[in-house]
Parts: sequence; structure tokens; C-alpha cells
Amino acid sequence: MRKVAVMGVGMTKFGPTEKSQVELFAEAAMEAINTSNIKPKDVQALFLGNGLGDFEEGQLNLAGFCANELGLPPETTAMRFEGACASASIAIRNAFLLVASGAYDIVVAGGTERALSMGTSLATRTFAMGTDSKYEEFSGLTFPGVFAMLAHLYADKYNVPLPKLKERMAMVAVKNHKNGAKNPLAQFQKEITVETVLKGFVVADPLQLFDCCPFSDGAAAVIVTTDEIAKKHVEKPVYILGAGQGSAGSLCRQKDYTIMPSRIASAKQAYKMAGVEPKDIDVAEVHDCFTIAEIVLLENLGLFEFGTASEAVEKGETEIGGKIAVNPSGGLKAKGHPVGATGAAQVYEIVKQLRGECGARQVENAKIGMTDTLGGDAGSIVNLIFGI
Amino acid sequence: MSSSVTYKLTHKMFYEGLKEGKLLGLKCNSCNTYTCPPKINCAQCNSLDMDIVELNGKAEIKTFTVVRVCPEGFEGELPYVVALAELEEGPWVCGRVVGVDPDKVTMDIIGKKATVGGKIPPKLSYAPGEPMAITLKIS
Repeated sequence: MRKVAVMGVGMTKFGPTEKSQVELFAEAAMEAINTSNIKPKDVQALFLGNGLGDFEEGQLNLAGFCANELGLPPETTAMRFEGACASASIAIRNAFLLVASGAYDIVVAGGTERALSMGTSLATRTFAMGTDSKYEEFSGLTFPGVFAMLAHLYADKYNVPLPKLKERMAMVAVKNHKNGAKNPLAQFQKEITVETVLKGFVVADPLQLFDCCPFSDGAAAVIVTTDEIAKKHVEKPVYILGAGQGSAGSLCRQKDYTIMPSRIASAKQAYKMAGVEPKDIDVAEVHDCFTIAEIVLLENLGLFEFGTASEAVEKGETEIGGKIAVNPSGGLKAKGHPVGATGAAQVYEIVKQLRGECGARQVENAKIGMTDTLGGDAGSIVNLIFGI
Repeated sequence: MSSSVTYKLTHKMFYEGLKEGKLLGLKCNSCNTYTCPPKINCAQCNSLDMDIVELNGKAEIKTFTVVRVCPEGFEGELPYVVALAELEEGPWVCGRVVGVDPDKVTMDIIGKKATVGGKIPPKLSYAPGEPMAITLKIS
């Protein structure tokens, strides 16, 4: 396997837009190409994460349109990767594997999404398509519902009184909004308080509005290449040290999903390949689609012991400057969650953090960074580990 | 001998069971565990050697939520309770809780006994066939 690096990265502002998914991706990818000091003709493959583009714009087969929009040559391999909210991370992991194997030297990988175009009702319907459409969806289950049930399961299992757990969940949102306020590309750049969260309307008991990430539009892209090429083109290549991916089926088959075997397996692969342990991670961009999701994933990634992450949040251990900086970008909660682009935006943040380019939200001396992206109800999980 | 593999119990047959008030599942002849809802092979050991069985429909609520913002199509049913429940035979199922006031449900529902049944969901887009939802009636 060849040593693989990320050169340039690019990202649009997340939030409402009137641009198309192709236009969004082209802006992010053009930025990634330009900051890699390469030309479109140098790119051999385009791997595009996209969740619901067909419902959003009536547009299928987006990857080819994106390749042509950027002026990539006709021999370019252009493919869409779909793994619900983990789509872009799957695209980037495949770019990593195929550059490592020698199949390609330069790949543009990322994602695009325009979820806000659907409105809340259709968006809730199409997002619910990420759950089992034969045996679970007809109950009226929603994605907030999946994580609401996770919160009750967690409170019951670890004997955390629900009001206490809800307060700690609110602290996840407060932290991520505090970080997002320092991110000029975030959808929400405004700090909130625990009271803001606890005053919000109930989406799915016990989750309130501010426990949930928003529907978002946006795109992000990164250039994946070899160590050799990266060193020739950019001053600070960031290396992909490890990558893992796991899978799972219906929620009911996972049973107690406070423990997610697909996530544990994915993280284990990534740690092993990178030759690092959870304690070595300085900064993590993780899948906080709901506040309880961040608490549970921190335990599944081995960053905190099972049953202890909500307390760690309360103690400030996940803040910038804490034991491990979690979601310095603002996370899905404040930065926004354009499904198919989310994983690429996580990688964008980790690359910028490791290069020391994050200004007011910079994690001091960050050397090792990790991403965690969840698709569906843990049906697809990807973890990537980066170093300098 | 044919090498083709055919489902013992398809989702359609599972729905038809629910319509008749039966909870159908598969019992594995290799490891004796139950698979429900159905799958092509045993959820425990991957064996294809399974028989269709009627489960007793008794379950215990493990977790729940009250859905207050719904997918397109479910507006007429709001608010409603969705839960995961463990069947006496072992598998968990996801279903709509019936027979409770959604505004009065608390975490006390966890551990309550329920009987599994079925209901026809509202008319939905992108839902071919005649879908059925699992229900969990609190006893």
C-alpha cells in the first residue's frame, strides 16, 4: 500500500442556498483543486457522496455532471457513493484505498446535498428511508425518533435520570454552537444556552429542536493523492493513517444500540491501520446528528468508557482545550448536515486543524485527528484517522 | 439438484401473517434461535435450515419515543408512540404502540408487557405492495 495524503480541501458555506448540487460541488472541488496547485486535467477520478439528490432536484447520476462541470477529462472515473449520511466518508475511504493500491494517483472526493429544497415533511420522509423500509418505517419512525429511543435506552441502561441526561445532552448542543460561532462556514454561528435547548419544541420525546441537527445545503471536497505527489504540490500534506468501515442491519436486529458493533469494528480497523489508540486522538469530528448521538459514539469509539461520556461532556472534557476536542467545527449541530457532504466537511475540518489554520477554534498542537460518520441507523459507519 | 435459494418467509408473507393476527418468524434447526422479522438466513448463525413458526406475540418494551414531527403521510396520526420491544422468543421488533395516551407516556413504559399485532399504515409514497406496520398493545 502506498502512503496516501490529502492535498487541498474545499467547502461551501453550509445553509440555505439557491445553487444546484452540481454548482455547490463544483465550488468546493474547484477550491480543493486550486489549493492543491493542480489542474482539473490532473484528476483521474471523482468520487461523490450524495444521499437524496434525486428527491431534492430530480437529478440522478450526479457524478458525471460534476466531472464535466469541473472540466475533468473524458477518461475520468466518476461515481456516486450512497451510504445515507456517511456517503462522502465512504467516497473518501474508497479514494484512499484506490490511491493506496495504485489504481489512481489523484482523486477528488467529497459530497454535495441540497436537503432544504425538500421542506420538513418530505425531508423527514426521505431521511426515514435510511431506516428499514419493510419492517420499521411503516410504524412512522423518524430519524429523531431513532435517537430519541436511544436516549431513553441510555438513561434506562446506565441509570442516568432523564432530566440529568437531557441537561448533559443540551451541553453537547451548547458546546457545538459555541464552536460553530467561530466557524465562518457554519450554518448557525450563534451561541446558545442550556435553557435555549430545554425551551425548544419537542420533536420526538425526549429530543427537542436544539437536540437535532438542521436540514442543510452544502458541499465539501478534498484531493486524495500519494505522499510523493502531495509533497511536490503543497507545503503541508495531511496523511490518511487509517480507515475503517462497518455495516449493520435494521435497528431491531441491533437490539441494544447504545453499543454499535458496526461502529466499534470500523473504529478498530482505523486505529489498527493507523497504529494509534483512542488516547492518541487530539481532535475528532464526529457524527452529532442528535445530541445523544455524540455521547453514545464517544463511547463506541473508545474515547470514553461506556456509560461515562455524558458526565465527561458536563465536565468540559470534550471542549476545545479539554481532554479531547470534539467537533471544533461546530459539528453537524451548528455547522450543518448536508447529508452527502457531511463526511467531507469533517475531513476538511481535520485537515485544517492539523495544518493549524482554524483561527479562533484552533485546537492547540493537534497532531492526530479522527472523523466518525454514521449512515442510517448505524447501517454504514466510516472512521478515518489523519496525521501530519 | 437446483442451486437456487428461495426465501422461506418473505416480507409479504410476514405482512399477511400480521393481517391475520399472527406473528410469523423462523426457527433455526441448527442453533434453535428465532429470527423475526424474517431474513433469508438465521440472524444468529446464518443457517438456511429454518422452519416458519408462529411466535406467541408476547413482548416487553425496551425503549420508546413519542413522534411529534412526522414523515409525509403520517400527519393524521400525530402524536404517536413508537417502541422497540423484545419478544419472549428473543428477537426485538420495532412497532407502533397502541392503547396509550401519547401525552401521558413516560419512561415507566419501559419493561411493560405488550402484545404484538399489525395495522395498515396510512397511504405512503414509495411504498409498493400492501404494507403493514407492527403494533405493540400495552397489556
